Amino acid sequence: GIIVRDETPMEKEIARLHRVDFEFSDIFYFCRKGFEAIVEDEVTQRFSSEELVSWNLLTRTNVNFHYISLRLTIVWVIGVIVRYCFLLPLRFTLAAIGIVSMIVGTTMVGQLPNGSMKNYLSEVVHLTCSRILVRALSGTIHYHNKENKPQKGGICVANHTSPIDAIILTNDGCYAMVGQVHGGLMGVIQRATVKACPHVWFERSEMKDRHLVTKRLREHVADKSKLPILIFPEGTCINNTSVMMFKKGSFEIGGTIYPVAIKYDPRFGDAFWNSSKYNIVSYLLRIMTSWAIVCNVWYLPPMVRKESEDAVQFANRVKSAIARQGGLTELPWDGGLKRAKVKDTFKEEQQKNYSKMLVRNGSIG
Amino acid sequence: LSREDFQRIPELAINPLGDRIINAFFQEGEDQVNFRGFMRILAHFRPIEDNEKSKDQNGPEPLNSRSNKLHFAFRLYDLDKDDKISRDELLQVLRMMVGVNISDEQLGSIADRTIQEADQDGDNAISFAEFVKVMEKVDVEQKMSIRFLH
Repeated sequence: GIIVRDETPMEKEIARLHRVDFEFSDIFYFCRKGFEAIVEDEVTQRFSSEELVSWNLLTRTNVNFHYISLRLTIVWVIGVIVRYCFLLPLRFTLAAIGIVSMIVGTTMVGQLPNGSMKNYLSEVVHLTCSRILVRALSGTIHYHNKENKPQKGGICVANHTSPIDAIILTNDGCYAMVGQVHGGLMGVIQRATVKACPHVWFERSEMKDRHLVTKRLREHVADKSKLPILIFPEGTCINNTSVMMFKKGSFEIGGTIYPVAIKYDPRFGDAFWNSSKYNIVSYLLRIMTSWAIVCNVWYLPPMVRKESEDAVQFANRVKSAIARQGGLTELPWDGGLKRAKVKDTFKEEQQKNYSKMLVRNGSIG
Repeated sequence: LSREDFQRIPELAINPLGDRIINAFFQEGEDQVNFRGFMRILAHFRPIEDNEKSKDQNGPEPLNSRSNKLHFAFRLYDLDKDDKISRDELLQVLRMMVGVNISDEQLGSIADRTIQEADQDGDNAISFAEFVKVMEKVDVEQKMSIRFLH
């Protein structure tokens, strides 16, 4: 952080020396907290790309532009030429091949009758196309603790940074995807893949009905022969420096949870998708003109909900494990704050705490 | 910057005094604050440095002097800017800080007691001088400063 933060709790700070139950100086506590939040707060910085310690020759990460030397500019120009004229066409071609073969492959496999042969071939097709697509982004992925890989009938949860997360994970195993039905190219891919492998695609109207969603997912999990479901409980893309609140819906389904931590190396390319700033096409363009996508994937040991826990506590437990493994900060804030205002309940909590102090000390009335 | 920009900071939005703090940035009737105005307000929170005291005796007092810090806090209470904190203004701030958890009567008696303790000239309102007197023992410097890490 950039400022010294005083973490003493409200109670100690407004410590009472004498019987007066309210002092004018009480407002200093709230005032200072407010100003500290204005100077540097925990949340808004998570919704924009991480700042790098030293420049990696990409203009987009050059926040404070500084002309340093002619040599550096020449190196940068060479970098631009290499990235745009050499790497980009190669990657684009690979991506096109990958997408086409996925659509064709899964449609062909989808024609086969259900059986172990179909599942086997579907796996082959999915894995191969995934690998082609990862190569298309020049992805280098290190998988750790492969013995904890998600098993059939389980639920895989991971922190969310970009739409590429899904491809990174399917590179190493097959999952049943969960998501909304889209139009366009994405819709074609979705319709093709669901014939080969039971992905769970929801209509937009169905997504609003939480019970319906939970029911369908529960049915899927109950069938032990089905592939593990892949879910991103944060609900939105965060910039990979922290893990925000996990929505409890995924944790109410039951079954075994296999947490996965994904951490990208920001020096080679910024994987974060700032969906309010860039649309998907310009995002993919930026990814394809970075140096590479280097990331670490850690498979964490499976977790089950304990008897004494409710869904929220369980979600927090999983979140801590993922944050700890990936070296990310853990935040209790909701990723939805990217777009929506914060709920008043938090303010009311602070007010309640302060009132307790007022009533406790001194007699009133 | 507009008021909505400030309200997008979650930690500020849940602060009970959040709205008052945001208002402090904006001048009368203005809806926007530029960088200079923003800086002027934040300057109140600079830690007081000892070597500054000897320097500028003739010039205007720096924004982060103890007196100016207190004046800033005073203004958070004094909404109508009449240089007095009336019982109503005090009640308003109290209500913001406790929400719905304390009844009107209780809050009223807290306010009355506080004004009684601080009021010296018997006008049932707190002037700036009386405010300063109450804050004599308070370490204003420590409570109203933000230090940057080097």
